[in-house]
Amino acid sequence: MTKLKEAYISGVGQSEVGVRLARSPMGLTMDAIKQALDDAGLTMDQIDGVASYPGRMATFLGFSPIGVDEVIETCGIKARWHMGGGEIPAQLSAIAAAVDAVRLGHARHVICFRTVYEAAAMSRPEEFPPLRREFVDGLSQWTAPYFAISAACWVGQFAMRQMKRNGMTREQLAQIALNGNRNALLNPNARNITKKELTLDEYMEARMITSPFCLYDCDRFSDCSTVVIVSASDALDEVSPNPVRVAATAGSVHRYSWDQPDYMASYATGPDLWSKTDYKPKDVDTVQFYDGFAFFPISWLEALGFCDVGAGHEFVDGGTRIAIDGELPLNTGGGQLGAGRLHGFGFAHEAVTQLRGKAGARQIPGDPKVAVATSGGGPLAAALLLARD
Amino acid sequence: MTETKAAPPPPKRPRPRLDAVNRPFWTGGAEGKLQIVHCPDCGQYTHPPKEFCRHCQSENVAPKAMAGTGTVDTYTINYQPWMPDLEVPFIIARVRLDDAPDVILTTNVVNCPVDAIDFDDKVRVVFEEQDGVFFPLFEKVA
Repeated sequence: MTKLKEAYISGVGQSEVGVRLARSPMGLTMDAIKQALDDAGLTMDQIDGVASYPGRMATFLGFSPIGVDEVIETCGIKARWHMGGGEIPAQLSAIAAAVDAVRLGHARHVICFRTVYEAAAMSRPEEFPPLRREFVDGLSQWTAPYFAISAACWVGQFAMRQMKRNGMTREQLAQIALNGNRNALLNPNARNITKKELTLDEYMEARMITSPFCLYDCDRFSDCSTVVIVSASDALDEVSPNPVRVAATAGSVHRYSWDQPDYMASYATGPDLWSKTDYKPKDVDTVQFYDGFAFFPISWLEALGFCDVGAGHEFVDGGTRIAIDGELPLNTGGGQLGAGRLHGFGFAHEAVTQLRGKAGARQIPGDPKVAVATSGGGPLAAALLLARD
Repeated sequence: MTETKAAPPPPKRPRPRLDAVNRPFWTGGAEGKLQIVHCPDCGQYTHPPKEFCRHCQSENVAPKAMAGTGTVDTYTINYQPWMPDLEVPFIIARVRLDDAPDVILTTNVVNCPVDAIDFDDKVRVVFEEQDGVFFPLFEKVA
């Protein structure tokens, strides 16, 4: 029987991140692909797989304007394996699927991408029509009729539970936003998103969106493409040195709805991730946690066992433990609160950058060898454990 | 002469497309009933409604009128006008039904100040009709 291969991230790339960029969605995607190919030392004709989340969404183009099919056609890729779809446990599961594909030998080098164009789409509704709201279908019919239209209204209720049941304060929640702001100021790719320091006073006085979330607890729409290339262990002689091994992946769903779950899917994903590896939470040097809203990273700290369930807000209290020079640097690139809503893929990009020691002014000290990146955390959640051997 | 300008009407609630499966839930309010899909084979409830029981996959399911009472599982006070002319703030809550504790309805708690809501508050259903859809809302039980 053939032994399973290992999967490595051989290259990462990211286009300019901005708001209302003039560059087209395919232009951004090509920028990120070319950068990732250069980073991996690969050429386009060596790519034989493509994966994306959620694939092109024709009715909601700003959310996901580029499909796997368009990348294959534009780049002339002779794909032996490809997939794009939204019915997987959160964004990073697209990378987890590519990991499975190369381990099984379905492909050798897979381009995984996520292109977002939400900021530009909002400013050009004639080109990118927004969703019509008169009628709602599917799962949104159980929330939208109550004007619970944004995920903020859904996640906010889990965060309210942490406040009312476990004693989380707004000052503790603020540490996720303040940490993201501080780190984004050190990240050149975030310069269009975060331009100045955020203070706790400004946070506390900001307008409320939906309790307990204020404006700074919500990630910021942006235009960007992020690419991660996944390569098989028996193809590493073709790539540049410094690949990062994918030590484990996990993903889970609680309920396929936002209104029924009584807990967040991250709490099943964490133990599942650790069950697939000998690494333990104490081995992790940095965490890149999905922060579409500030409460998500607090729940991920609990779900992955960095603290007790119900105590995530105590872990982040004061912000020192999660700072770049703290015991568990969190969202070192600024996360989505500080560096833009890259919709999950930014966390894998930042984890690889940190493990290679290439994060410049925001590089964490020491010699980091293990990182976790996550996406989602509501009804759906996914996690990647990355290691430098 | 003073010119008074009437406030614009609040936006209509986004409306579900009715079909055979969801119609009993969204129109039960016409008879004052909160209808949840029930399975007589295993005794459990399925929500959102499906044509199969999600617990035992029986096809022998039917809508059942509930008492319409519940408790506030959690909530958020919404301040952001997601649609033009949406009046804020208002309460969005998850209500756990007394007679089907596995079923949670995302809804609005109405007829009370936004700061009068709390966890475990007892609530009961009231219906708001719009274009033939009867939206189940909840108000606090005094």
